[in-house]
Amino acid sequence: MTDTEPTTREFTELDQIVIRFAGDSGDGMQLTGDQLTRTTAIMGNDIATFPDFPAEIRAPAGTIPGVSAFQLRFSNFDIHTPGDDPDVLVAMNPAALKVHVGALKKNGVLIVNTASFKATDLKKAKYESNPLEDGSLDGYRLIEVDLTKLTRETLEDSPLDTRSKDRCKNMFALGILYWLFHRDMQPSIDAIRAKFAKKPDVVDANLKVLQAGYHFADISGIFQSSYKVAPASFMQPGTYRNLMGNQGLCLGLVAAAKQAGLQLMLGSYPITPASDILHQLSTYKHHGVVTFQAEDEIAAVCAAIGASYAGNLGITSTSGPGIALKSEAIGLAVMAELPLVVIDVQRAGPSTGMPTKTEQADLLQAMFGRNGECPLPIVCARTPGDAFEAGYEAVRIATKYMVPVMVLSDGYVANGSEPWRIPDEADLPKIEVEYAEERTDGGEFHPYLRDPETLARPWAVPGTEGLHHRIGGLEKADVTGHISYDPKNHEHMVRTRAEKVERIAADIPAADVLGETSGDVLLIGWGGTTGAITAATLRLQKAGHKVSAMCLRYLNPLPRNVETMLRSFKTVLVPELNCGQLAMLLRAKFLVDARPFTKVQGLPFSSQELEDGVMEALNRLNANGGEA
Amino acid sequence: MSTAESPLTKKDFKSDQDVRWCPGCGDYGILNAVQTAFANLGKNRHDTVIISGIGCSSRFPYYMETFGFHTIHGRAPSVATGVKLANPELDVWVISGDGDSLSIGGNHLIHTLRRNVGLKILLFNNRIYGLTKGQYSPTSEKGKRTKSTPLGSIDQPFSPISLALGAGATWVGRSVDIFAQHLVSMIEAMDAHQGTALLEIYQNCNIFNDGAFQGFTEKSVRDERTVEMRAGEPLLFGPDGAKKAVRFDAGMAPQVVTVGEGGVAEADLPKWDPSAGSPAAAMSLATAPEDALPVPIGVFRDVQRPKYEDETIAQMQQAKAGKQESLEALLTGSETWTVG
Repeated sequence: MTDTEPTTREFTELDQIVIRFAGDSGDGMQLTGDQLTRTTAIMGNDIATFPDFPAEIRAPAGTIPGVSAFQLRFSNFDIHTPGDDPDVLVAMNPAALKVHVGALKKNGVLIVNTASFKATDLKKAKYESNPLEDGSLDGYRLIEVDLTKLTRETLEDSPLDTRSKDRCKNMFALGILYWLFHRDMQPSIDAIRAKFAKKPDVVDANLKVLQAGYHFADISGIFQSSYKVAPASFMQPGTYRNLMGNQGLCLGLVAAAKQAGLQLMLGSYPITPASDILHQLSTYKHHGVVTFQAEDEIAAVCAAIGASYAGNLGITSTSGPGIALKSEAIGLAVMAELPLVVIDVQRAGPSTGMPTKTEQADLLQAMFGRNGECPLPIVCARTPGDAFEAGYEAVRIATKYMVPVMVLSDGYVANGSEPWRIPDEADLPKIEVEYAEERTDGGEFHPYLRDPETLARPWAVPGTEGLHHRIGGLEKADVTGHISYDPKNHEHMVRTRAEKVERIAADIPAADVLGETSGDVLLIGWGGTTGAITAATLRLQKAGHKVSAMCLRYLNPLPRNVETMLRSFKTVLVPELNCGQLAMLLRAKFLVDARPFTKVQGLPFSSQELEDGVMEALNRLNANGGEA
Repeated sequence: MSTAESPLTKKDFKSDQDVRWCPGCGDYGILNAVQTAFANLGKNRHDTVIISGIGCSSRFPYYMETFGFHTIHGRAPSVATGVKLANPELDVWVISGDGDSLSIGGNHLIHTLRRNVGLKILLFNNRIYGLTKGQYSPTSEKGKRTKSTPLGSIDQPFSPISLALGAGATWVGRSVDIFAQHLVSMIEAMDAHQGTALLEIYQNCNIFNDGAFQGFTEKSVRDERTVEMRAGEPLLFGPDGAKKAVRFDAGMAPQVVTVGEGGVAEADLPKWDPSAGSPAAAMSLATAPEDALPVPIGVFRDVQRPKYEDETIAQMQQAKAGKQESLEALLTGSETWTVG
């Protein structure tokens, strides 16, 4: 089926393509995007994706709030973002057109499903006149296809009912794109067969429609040309897979637990956009993973703490509102000095906010959102692939230092995907965990006798003879762990817990620097903005500007080269999807004029926005004779 | 698990920490009963874990020479659940009070009971907040005047027993801090249960709610005002051989009858069955007004259901038997491509 390559197909060779699908949340846009992404990844292109969907499972059909979209960018070179403006937009209805056509590049390809442009559809999208007829789309290469009619015709003989037949129309669109971009259909054919294995009629229908779409594009002559993007050549040799951020995090956690020889126990409560971590880890029972869907966020973290206390690797996953609920328990883990990994897949807040939209506004919550002096290490996931390493590092630090570690991801990283070079098991850093050993001499066990280097206390697991002891949230005397209200002991313990976290700075790599170590502008960011910062910096550097970037994975403690870098540039810009939280930390800690460059729209930065911001800073520098 | 320790005595379960409850507190009696029962049961110190929340009762772990974890308010059952999931072999006891487990921790309590995690929960019910110095609790009687209810509480109190029964608890019992022997026997009985066992212990707070249970626990009235539920026996009570009994009318409401009067023969009285198919009789006793009926003590309910941790392990073993996968295979997944 994949050898149906039309011999006469005209094509244009391109370096990259950005495609956006948009339709009703019930139209299967995420599924369609996912199929195209997997196929494209397997074909060896670099990819970046951005799913953008509403919080409602099914908002009223055909309305603006119900529009769901998926953007895929693929290329033959190294890309860092899913692209700003699409080259191709597939709009399944007027509402989708209305929301997304503004982003489509001038002269871009616009494929619309004409079946959904009846008067009632236009009204639902609040169109006064039909955009297909009023000339408002003149600036685009409009391709009108009656997907519904063509799909129904293809399935004339299918035993499915009309409703089920209509559900296949996204496959028709996918078939068209597969022809248009010379994609191999076999991975999707296999995936459809696997997905609907128990429903042969559905498999038949989807495959028929997919192929019908492909042939329609070939025969109908609706496109003047097709497009080819050669495989990416820059990639490091190795075996690759497509990886989403939540997936990456799960794999990192499991890999680390296995390396450490620990059973992984996840306590979690469903919350967008973190639930996929619970789903994913639930399928790893054959790797000895225990998952516990608790009655609430607090029970989830407490069960994870209990598991860690008993010698497992306790993990809890949530989003910002869940972190708020877990705060007291995280404080307990800091006080009891137990290893724990707390995952916050950030979403737009405050309160319920915009659950399906991305934001980075939980950094200060992660740093300070607990009662008392309660520092903990924080790592973040910068890209979907980097999430693997963030999860892995969190486990390493938590177990080595006997401390809860916060992992900050965000909706953009969690649901985005990219090619990921599968690491060699032998190359994974060693994680050596030793429980305190049993003792039969009858002497008193000291649960807070620390390792002089790491300041970690021993992991004394119940069931070990001679180690029985009591811990808890009350302040303890150093060494013995007995309850203590001694003023000097309290100060000593507060400072020791902080020192333990600070010492981790010597145990993490210096932050990667993109560009020179001094210059005019330093962009310093963290987490999900890494892609946009990297893309913008590379373009600015290419244009000859003295711009460098530093995208942090370790947020507490900060890597040791951060301060020097901050002092080596005339201007420091801190791009963040919040109101300036990392900027506030850098200013407070280093007394430098780090300037916030922020956006809080529930959307990622485009690289253009960052370039514009840097150019403004450069112009200001020039105007002031090189002074910031 | 090691057997190196020789059988421990009650004294072996006392930690070296000074007990800091108020003199005369009912908690002392409970501590004593637990230490006695643990010695009687031949427990060792290193496999025993005592987990508490916050409140006077929750200081308990510090006074026990075992593993102990004094956690946060209301959350002890959740921490304990995590311990059980990590190591089902451990003997895990939860210590909680009426404020801790019925107010701030109510959610965790009911979910722990419905899951049937193998935990033993001792719920110290003194019907008051002690550690915060005397506010009403979810078990305080209506009309109670406290620091936070100067005009009297308008809250309807919980019956912890009926709450537990409603949540599907598999073992529910009740005892009293000063009924030393009975209390020890209840702790021993719950220890044998497979699954969550909840023991409500009426506990006198002599500072903020003194005499809360005096009306039925004082020696002079105890026999008249309490009825002990014993499996397979009628619900008999009464002082000096005066044979009174509790039985149920057609609507399952409990009623007091006198054996030998009005045609009531002892042989005709229903035998108490804590393992009955329906918890109706237990619920009827648990919800009867305290002043209308002798207060029931003993085992309300004792039924078998698979333990949560056992089912967790069974699923894991099934998954392991069904699919063996190396870490490398897991990381690789199903769709890959090669560069170079």
